[in-house]
Amino acid sequence: MTLAMLGAISQGILWGIMVLGVYITYKLLDIADLTCDGSLALGGCVCAVLVVEHGANPWLALLAGTVAGMLAGAVTGALHTVFDIPAILAGILTQISLWSINLRIMGKSNIPLLKHETIFSGLAEATGAPQTTVVVVLGALFAVATVGALYWFFGTEIGSALRATGNNEDMSRALGIDTRLTKMIALMLSNGLVGLAGALICQSQKYADIGMGTGAIIIGLAAIVIGEVLGRLTPGKLRSFSSRLVAAVVGSIVYFLIRAIVLQLGMDANDMKLLSATIVAVALAVPVVWERQQLRASYRKGGEA
Amino acid sequence: MLTLTNVRKTFNRGTINEKVALQGVDLHLDRGDFVTVIGGNGAGKSTMLNMIAGVYPLDSGTITLDGHDISQLSEHARAAYLGRVFQDPMRGTAADMQIDENLALAARRGKSRTLRWGITKSERESYVEELRKLGLGLESRLSDKVGLLSGGQRQALTLLMATLQRPDLLLLDEHTAALDPKTAAKVLELTEQIVAEEGLTTLMVTHNMHDAIRLGNRLIMMADGKIIYDVRGEEKASLHRADLMRKFEEAAGEELANDRMLLG
Repeated sequence: MTLAMLGAISQGILWGIMVLGVYITYKLLDIADLTCDGSLALGGCVCAVLVVEHGANPWLALLAGTVAGMLAGAVTGALHTVFDIPAILAGILTQISLWSINLRIMGKSNIPLLKHETIFSGLAEATGAPQTTVVVVLGALFAVATVGALYWFFGTEIGSALRATGNNEDMSRALGIDTRLTKMIALMLSNGLVGLAGALICQSQKYADIGMGTGAIIIGLAAIVIGEVLGRLTPGKLRSFSSRLVAAVVGSIVYFLIRAIVLQLGMDANDMKLLSATIVAVALAVPVVWERQQLRASYRKGGEA
Repeated sequence: MLTLTNVRKTFNRGTINEKVALQGVDLHLDRGDFVTVIGGNGAGKSTMLNMIAGVYPLDSGTITLDGHDISQLSEHARAAYLGRVFQDPMRGTAADMQIDENLALAARRGKSRTLRWGITKSERESYVEELRKLGLGLESRLSDKVGLLSGGQRQALTLLMATLQRPDLLLLDEHTAALDPKTAAKVLELTEQIVAEEGLTTLMVTHNMHDAIRLGNRLIMMADGKIIYDVRGEEKASLHRADLMRKFEEAAGEELANDRMLLG
């Protein structure tokens, strides 16, 4: 049981890096970027092919997965900003294309990494620690570094321009911000992180699979939503940007813990996507219904306050 | 300073919604001119400002600013020369960002944005001074989200943002129309003050004839996408509302009934 929970935590941390990517597009740019399902698998596929077929250094393979993800983001960015295709559709187009591209890259639908060294197995051998523990520790280091880097980037002039773009495009252009460029940067950054997460997940689970990214966007949104709820329940409300990023990663860990628990309780793994979608739908619907209810309750026929 | 030559714009050309918005606008502004723009609904006032700002591409004609042809520049590139305040107070500021962050964005209008820190400590101190001049108590709320401010406060902030980095030309598009009379008067007073202090070249669209006559050194009237009346200096100062109404009657003819109601 504890081993299963530790496994869930390690998964939650690695997927948390993807959640940070989704956070950039969904929360900062106000776009639900569906590229993410494809770019996660892309990161994993590129990583697996490099390690298995080209004997590449696993660290370099991580970098390659990241760059591949960024390129996927650039394609969505170009479709959206250059050709004015709505963001959701642009993401779907890239995602669908990536299914074929990923199969081309791997040449088959999955690649096992069993006998190959990964960043995790290397460290596990060197320290004698169990693989899951190594994944948790290394994954946490990656997550902390990512949160730190994002905190820095979104405090810079370019990062602020990017946040402004997601907030008010008219104003941003009036203040001289090239909103096409900022959206492009955001989509590349986001998908770069998603690709990195794909490569890390591939190395920790020791295989890459064509379907590994399916539903990733829903996991991302669910984790963000869970993180927000946890943030709101925490005293002090966690308003700062860095704490919201941390909340997103924690949301991811909680998501995978919930998942491990319901699977232990005997739920079919295939029903998990239904549960995830329900979590997101409920989380998005509750505030709307609540507000409507408040408005109705505050209505007085006579007009006296 | 600013010169518009035969600027034309038709929206939805070739469709049932075709709308000729500007049909050959010629306008020249001298440095330091404060021009008020009046006209009925659909006269082309806002379109003219939007064409100068680069919101829509030109159908024909040229726009030059300080001798540079900006006709083909994108909206964000032209922003280097322009300060803009919109009619809708929500459009000029980023609601989810702090007051100081909004100002820091505005301070970098027209400069290349880098990976340097988006706002510095000394900047923040200077914003306190600038905000104090508005007299709205915003100087103590630097890290409040702009979404918490009222429409009038947001509009005053937008005005400050538009002029924080001295613009070559200030474009005010009915920027007090969405405010209550008292707040509108306050924002207008700030406008006068800032424009006078900085000696800004300004184009201000307004629906209020009284303001149009009282403010600025020059007044233009638009109808049907053309400038139909252009008056300045002494002549402008001695204008009365009745004179403007007469001008409207001459130019607009049968459309007057509507416009008289709008401009009452």
